[in-house]
Order: sequence, then structure tokens, then C-alpha cells
Amino acid sequence: MKNNNKNDLLQIYRTMKTSRYFEERMEKAYLEGKQPIFNIGAGPVPGEMHLSNGQEPAAAAMIVHLTKDDTVTATHRPHHQAIAKGVDLKKMTAEIFGKKTGLGKGKGGHMHLFDPTVKFSCGGIVGAGIPHAVGAALANKKKGEDWVAVAFIGEGAANSGAFHESLNLAALWNLPFILVVEDNSWGISVAKKNSTSVPSNDIRAKAYGIKGYLVKDNDPLEMYKISKEAVDRARNGGGPSIIEIETYRFLGHFQGDPELYRNKEEVPTLRGKDPIERLKNHLLKEDLATPAEISALENKAYEVVDDAYEFAIHSEYPEPKEALEDVFC
Amino acid sequence: METIQAKKNKIRKLTGSKAMVQALEQELTRDKNIFVMGEDVGKYGGIFGSTTGLYDKFGPERIMDTPISETGFIGAAIGAAAAGLRPVVELMFVDFHGVVMDQIYNHMAKIHYMSGGNVKLPIVLLTGVGGGYSDAAQHSQTLYASFGHLPGMKVVAPTFPEDIKGMLIAAIRDDNPVVFMFHKTLQGLGWMDQLEASLGPVPEDAYTIPLNKAKVVREGKDVTIVGVQMMTIEALNAAGKLAERGIDAEVIDLRSIKPIDKETLLKSVAKTNRLVVVDEDYLSYGITAEISAIMASEGFHHLKSPIVRLAIPDVPIPYSRVLEKYVIPDAQDIINAVEKMITV
Repeated sequence: MKNNNKNDLLQIYRTMKTSRYFEERMEKAYLEGKQPIFNIGAGPVPGEMHLSNGQEPAAAAMIVHLTKDDTVTATHRPHHQAIAKGVDLKKMTAEIFGKKTGLGKGKGGHMHLFDPTVKFSCGGIVGAGIPHAVGAALANKKKGEDWVAVAFIGEGAANSGAFHESLNLAALWNLPFILVVEDNSWGISVAKKNSTSVPSNDIRAKAYGIKGYLVKDNDPLEMYKISKEAVDRARNGGGPSIIEIETYRFLGHFQGDPELYRNKEEVPTLRGKDPIERLKNHLLKEDLATPAEISALENKAYEVVDDAYEFAIHSEYPEPKEALEDVFC
Repeated sequence: METIQAKKNKIRKLTGSKAMVQALEQELTRDKNIFVMGEDVGKYGGIFGSTTGLYDKFGPERIMDTPISETGFIGAAIGAAAAGLRPVVELMFVDFHGVVMDQIYNHMAKIHYMSGGNVKLPIVLLTGVGGGYSDAAQHSQTLYASFGHLPGMKVVAPTFPEDIKGMLIAAIRDDNPVVFMFHKTLQGLGWMDQLEASLGPVPEDAYTIPLNKAKVVREGKDVTIVGVQMMTIEALNAAGKLAERGIDAEVIDLRSIKPIDKETLLKSVAKTNRLVVVDEDYLSYGITAEISAIMASEGFHHLKSPIVRLAIPDVPIPYSRVLEKYVIPDAQDIINAVEKMITV
């Protein structure tokens, strides 16, 4: 992989590590107040919690090619995408803890994170963010800027009407739009083979006359390479693409998911192929980083995450009556 | 300095659709961030004439025909608005909301709130409403209340051309999502019933009319009749006939579904002590219920007699002319209700 930019790969590594550590801390924070009896509404982080451990390459190796002027719309499992996009991690964490200092002043929560300063949004309705990215791409084109818009979805969203409508529009108007499908094999409990009429969604690109790519086995290097090609094409007026990446869902659909639907061997097998470890080995083997440099990157990641949790935990809750604000501007 | 005569000359009579076109034309000229998107808004000029001639003037980049793909293009309007543009997007018939309601109420209406006010979505969603021309159950609804029920969107439904222009300009300049409902029969289209009220004086220069104010369109002292769009027209017709019988009705054109102008309603009923609410939407949980609840909780002491609610009696809008006429309230229904109320 001689063409890979060393700094980009180090950046991807750091982003993935930040995301992983963020999620590991979130797993613990989420369980507070929910043991021994699990009550979804209890503890400092109530509500649903969808963690992305294992899916980091999809976001980190794509978004490394983007700037803050490029738009990302993300999923209900958004943390790795938000972290890669450079969303303010303190405000993001505070939002997840329901604090006044959060991105949405405690009104959004973990599925509804909005940071317009880096053009990031996500949402809890599967597939619904795709047309938002198409609209951002349309705005970019109208403004004459070379900014791109990337929608992230899970493979389950590829069977929604929004998927088809959005791709048709993006292709019809030749927009600087990329759809990243994170195929973690599961739409909650339904396996991809039981929900999707084609083996992979890059095939569907043909239906819209656009380019489709498949990244196998959660490979950050391949995702990096292919994303660069798609982003460059979009920036240069070459139109939209679909990138599907076979990724791993280490955890349940949400925390508290008993996961009775999947084979007990699956997760240990996936964890044995951890993409973060694979990238680290590559960086060391190719002499792109020394063990000390890797450690330094990891320490930076831990520090940023710890600071964000400190900020969130020690922030104030909103005043109850603030629930009535921000309906209209 | 303009003379009074010159000013008068600039107030011309326009139909509802021409008032919309003029509002859009003036705003598109003023702000290049505004663009129009929807099915058949281009060369066709909008099925109900809301964009006639704009394609030729502004071109395909500003007046964009879309595929029949409401989730796609209304969702794209949300993304474009978040990116700093000001889309005006048309949902041809409000009845089609079913294919796109997720984008409307889960996203357009909620993102400002969920973002703690950090993301503004200045979108105008134009949509045609109303029946009375045998278009049956999937093309004749108003659904005022369905939209008014959901927080995060302003919902307006002006009746007269002057209000249509002023409220559309106000909607375009508003930084919130606004659902702008135009009544098909009030557009003054050559291929529908010709209605006197669909033609009215409209000042030429751009102006705004607030999106939160009802309007007393006929003053009276004996009973308050509240209507929206075609029901305002029916109420005015009823009031004219009631006057011949010595009953002096006040008619309020609601204009804004959300927010609702309680003050004007309460003030009127404080004077007349009687209330009839007429709605071309379904009876249950609708505008008639909302206004009755406002009156019961905040104006109960003003009321001399029970409130009368006239609305579609919880059936889909039927096709056959006689059936449709039976379910949509009209002036005669209002007259009957008022006479019964006042003689009791």
C-alpha cells in the first residue's frame, strides 16, 4: 500500500482508537444504574444505546478524506461517524448524558446529534438521513463549491424507500454524493440474507447508473483507498457512488440485546479480526510508525475521551422548563 | 413621492394562484438562496398554478421539476436548508403526505428542537388542500389538524389573495419550517368552479402578513363563526343571509392553524357570546375541537349557548357529488346551526 498517505493512516488509527475507547467507556456508563435489574430508563445514560465497536473502519477510513465543509449524515449508531467527522466530543458526550452543555442542550440524545460547525447530523429513523445528504450535495452544487456529502447507513436501510428515492435523485442530478453502507450483517435480529435481495448493495449502483464498490472484511486500508476514489470523483463533478463495507458488529443491536439470534461463535471470531489491531500491525510492519508513536497516539485518544466524559459528567442538567424552548427559532 | 392615485393603481386584482406566483417571483428575485422544487412546478407551472411562468423567468436551476419521489425531494429540501439555502418545496396534494410524513414530522419539524436550536430549517412546504370537486378520498382532504397537531412547524391556510401573497412572503422569510396550505378552489383556476372570492385586490409591492394572526373578515355582534379557507367563504355567505333575518354574525378567518390566535377568538366571543366553528377537515380531534377546548377553558364565562361544531363527520371524502356535498359543511348548515342556536 505504498500509495497510502502515512499521516492519513495514522489519523485513521487515532480516530478508530478514540471511537473504540469512547464506546468502551459508554458501555460502562450505560450500565450504571441498570444492574442487577436492567431498566432502559435508569442510570446516567438512559434510553436506547447503539454502539459501533467493530465498525470503526467504515467511518474513519472514509471521513479522513473529508473536510469540515463536507457534509456527513449518519445513523442511529452514530458515535464512530461523529468522532471521525470531528464533532465536538465534549458537547457530544454531554448530550448523551442529557446535559445542558450538550450539542442539543439535552433535547436530542445519542441518536440525534447535530454539529453544524462540522456539518454533521444523524437520526433515529433508518434511511431517513440519505435524502438530507442529497440535499446538502444539491446545495454544494448550487453554490458552485467542490464540497461533497456522504450519507452513512446500515445495510438494513438499503431496503427502504428513502434509499431508492435518494439514489435516483443524486444520480439524476449528478450530485457530489456518496452513500456508505455499513454492512454489519444484522438489521437488529434479521440477517442480511433474509432481508436483502442481492448479496451486496454495490450491485444496486448499476440500477442508478452510478459507481458501486464493495470493501471486504472490514479492511481499513481498502476502505481508505476506495473512499478516496469516490470522494475525488464526487469533488470533480463525476457524480455519486455507493460503497458497501462488510463490517463487524461486536455488540448487540442495542445494549441489553440478548442476541439469541446469532451464533455464539460469531463475535469471538470477529473480535479475533479486530480492524484496529490489523491497522496497528500494518503501521508497525510497514515502518509507518514506531511502537512509541502508536502509544502516543493512543494516549492522545484516551485523554480526549476522558476529558469529554469529565466534562459531561460534571455538567449541569438543563432546567426542566427548558423543555419548552427551541421548538421555533 | 407617489400620489395616492399611483398607489391605488398598484393594487390590482389577482387570483389566489397569481398571488402565490407574484410572492414567489418577488422573493426569488430578492434572494438567490431561494429555489422551488416539486412535481410539475417547471414548464407546467404547478398543477394548481402556484409557479406559473417562473420556470421561464428563473430557469431549471431555480425552479426544479422533481421525480414523483416526495421522500427524496422533501428530504433533500431539509438537507439543502441545513446547508444554508431556502427551499420552497411543493407537495402537490396534502393527501400525498402519507408517502413522506417521516421527513416532514420526524425531521423537518424536529431537527431545530433536537439540535437545541443550532440547526435552522427555513423551508416552505406548499401543499394543495380541499375538496368540493369530486376528487374523492385520496385527493380532497385538508388535514389542517393533522399538521397543526405536530410541534415544530408553523401551519398556515390563507383564504384571500391579499393574505395568500403576504403570508407566503412571510413564510419564505421565516427561519422556521412553514407548511403553507393553499385551497385548490381558492386558486381561481379556469378549470374549477369560478368563485368570486378567489379574485381579490393584491398590492403589487412585496409585503408580509403575520403567520400567527386570525382576521375578523365581517364584524357582527350576535354570533362568532370561525372558518378556514372555503369554510370562511361559506361562513361569509351564511352571514349575508343571516343578516337578512336580523342576525348579525361576526366571521373570523383563522388563517393560521399553528400557532392559533386565541386572542382574536376570545375577544370576538366575549362580544357575541356564541360560537360556531366550521371546518373542512374531520370532526374528531380537529380545529373545531381545539377551538371549542380553548373556549371551554378560557372563555367559558362568555358563552350563552353550547358551541356548535360543523365538520366532515369522520368519514373519508366520498366521490359522488351528492355524497360529497352532504359531508362538507356549507352556508346552509351554518345558517341552520345559528338559527337553532339563537332561537333556543
